[in-house]
Amino acid sequence: MSDKKKILEINDLTIHYMTIDGTVRAVEDLNLSLNVGETLGLVGETGAGKTTSVKAIMQLLPHPPAKVLSGEILFKGEDILKKTKREMRSIRGEKISMIFQDPMSSLNPVMTVSKQIEETIKLHNPKKSKKQIKEMADAMLETVGIKAERSTDYPHQFSGGMKQRVVIAIALACNPELIIADEPTTALDVTIQAQVLELMKKLREMHQTSMIMITHDLGVVADICDQVAIMYSGEVVEHGNRKHIFHNGLHPYTKGLFNCIPNLYEDERRLRPIKGLAPEAYNRIEGCRFHPRCPSAMEICVKENPLTIEVEPGHTVKCHLYKEGMSFGE
Amino acid sequence: MENNNRIIEIKHLKKYFQTKKGSLRAVDDVSFDIKKGETLGLVGESGCGKSTIGRLLIRLLEATDGEIIYRGENLRDLSFEGMRRMRREMQIVFQDPYASLDARKSIFQSIGEPLRVQKICKTQKEYEKRVYELMSLVGLTRRLANSYPHELDGGRRQRVGIARALALNPSFIVLDEPVSALDVSIQAQILNLIQDLQEELGLTYLFISHDLGVVKHISDNIAVMYLGKLVEKGDYQSIFTNPLHPYTQALLSAVPVPSIDIEQKRIILEGDVPSPINPKPGCRFAGRCMYRQEICDQKEPELREYMTGRLVACHFAGQVGKD
Repeated sequence: MSDKKKILEINDLTIHYMTIDGTVRAVEDLNLSLNVGETLGLVGETGAGKTTSVKAIMQLLPHPPAKVLSGEILFKGEDILKKTKREMRSIRGEKISMIFQDPMSSLNPVMTVSKQIEETIKLHNPKKSKKQIKEMADAMLETVGIKAERSTDYPHQFSGGMKQRVVIAIALACNPELIIADEPTTALDVTIQAQVLELMKKLREMHQTSMIMITHDLGVVADICDQVAIMYSGEVVEHGNRKHIFHNGLHPYTKGLFNCIPNLYEDERRLRPIKGLAPEAYNRIEGCRFHPRCPSAMEICVKENPLTIEVEPGHTVKCHLYKEGMSFGE
Repeated sequence: MENNNRIIEIKHLKKYFQTKKGSLRAVDDVSFDIKKGETLGLVGESGCGKSTIGRLLIRLLEATDGEIIYRGENLRDLSFEGMRRMRREMQIVFQDPYASLDARKSIFQSIGEPLRVQKICKTQKEYEKRVYELMSLVGLTRRLANSYPHELDGGRRQRVGIARALALNPSFIVLDEPVSALDVSIQAQILNLIQDLQEELGLTYLFISHDLGVVKHISDNIAVMYLGKLVEKGDYQSIFTNPLHPYTQALLSAVPVPSIDIEQKRIILEGDVPSPINPKPGCRFAGRCMYRQEICDQKEPELREYMTGRLVACHFAGQVGKD
């Protein structure tokens, strides 16, 4: 609730990519917030703007073509967008760190894994001795379940799951307050995914770390997230805690997403897909961005983009079907 | 009788790749059959040999040993010409629609290619008619005929891949992870298309995937592979309600369920899948199995019928994983 401390607050963030072919409205009027110790799941399909949003938090967007047009990103009350490059460098890795999807390409192939962890620690602790840093790196490896004797191995000597553990070790090396994980288990097999998710849960509890987890897998969300934001075409269309989304998902897109997933426990021989395709990047859709695919589209949806309204405390939705003050209890 | 029902049967199929480190046993003595009109789902994690089996079946790869019997004929005895004829009957759809289409051929040319190669159509008119027919069958509008693959999204590209596979009126199709590269909303559309086509055209499928939810949804029977071996096979319902092999049990429990009401008892397997190069004797799964006994390291369990229609390769099938 409101008495919990906010670690991150994004207000009205708009990011466009200015390209030769036109403007891509990657993120539009994005509002998100995250409390200390909580995990937010950012769900959406390819091109929804998930990765762009979190890269903005890390200030990793290539400029040009990306341009932050408006909005603020408050990390512990301070606007990250106003930080200088030098200030940002001390935040990245130490206060906020990021885990990328593909462990194969986010590690340096010609550096031992231990050196890659030490690199981060050294950057943020310049006064520590070599020996101390090495010890910290080894301890970090042990934490993620890799024996310290393998610290002098190179990435190619590890399997996919192990590599992702190394990436997690690097991200955690300086004990950050916020971890952003961009599809951290998508490239992994399910049994390995289960291991990595278990590890992330354990570490999160140990260090009280807040987390943003980007995923397209609602199963992973149910497993690890407290809060869920559903994104469609650059906008957050629904935001709430796990109960709101899983028991009382309101937006037609949220409902559609659930209908698309084959259910392991119920016998349903026919899926009900969302019709049509995600909008193309350069096209601007008037009105609600989901209306061409929406089964409940009305006249107003074509003309006006709905405002985000709070339907119950902590549960917001951006859809004309709902009005403030309507009751949506279970 | 029952035999006539089988459209394809593989017996003791083996594929060993020779590597510097030794013999990599990608597929090691696998047998199963698929009945006409059935979908067999083949699941397993990366490197278990599922795609290799798909390729062996239509001889895109040559098997090291074993038989592949299609409608009573051993495919491995066929000549190059014979196999070429046979490919009208059996086709494959690949995982990555980005990589499996020729970037310099239009959609029309790509779909028409199999018809040209096999010299199916006598006139240009007949050829055009067939291509447009195929396009509408898979839900592609005529307007896209002159587009190129890079202009299409993943879902549409996969529709082109499916249209190509259907061009020659095959009766058996290997679907190798056909929806893995697609977003969930598109994935559902393609899965429905695959099911519709099966009903309409009476197709038989081998559906290869690592996604258990998808496999359960689409399959009649499911075969689970681990490190080149078939560890369990049965109908889709009983595999999910009563998995017998400890690996199947762990695999099912590891799938994150999109619900916050189901309390999952997760079996977390230790370690990684071991290397398929020169595997140790005994059960392949023994190293990661929580029920491992002495016999598991010494003797490889045979795939045996545990109960009607349920095959399992475990020394302790039925005794483990029940609590």
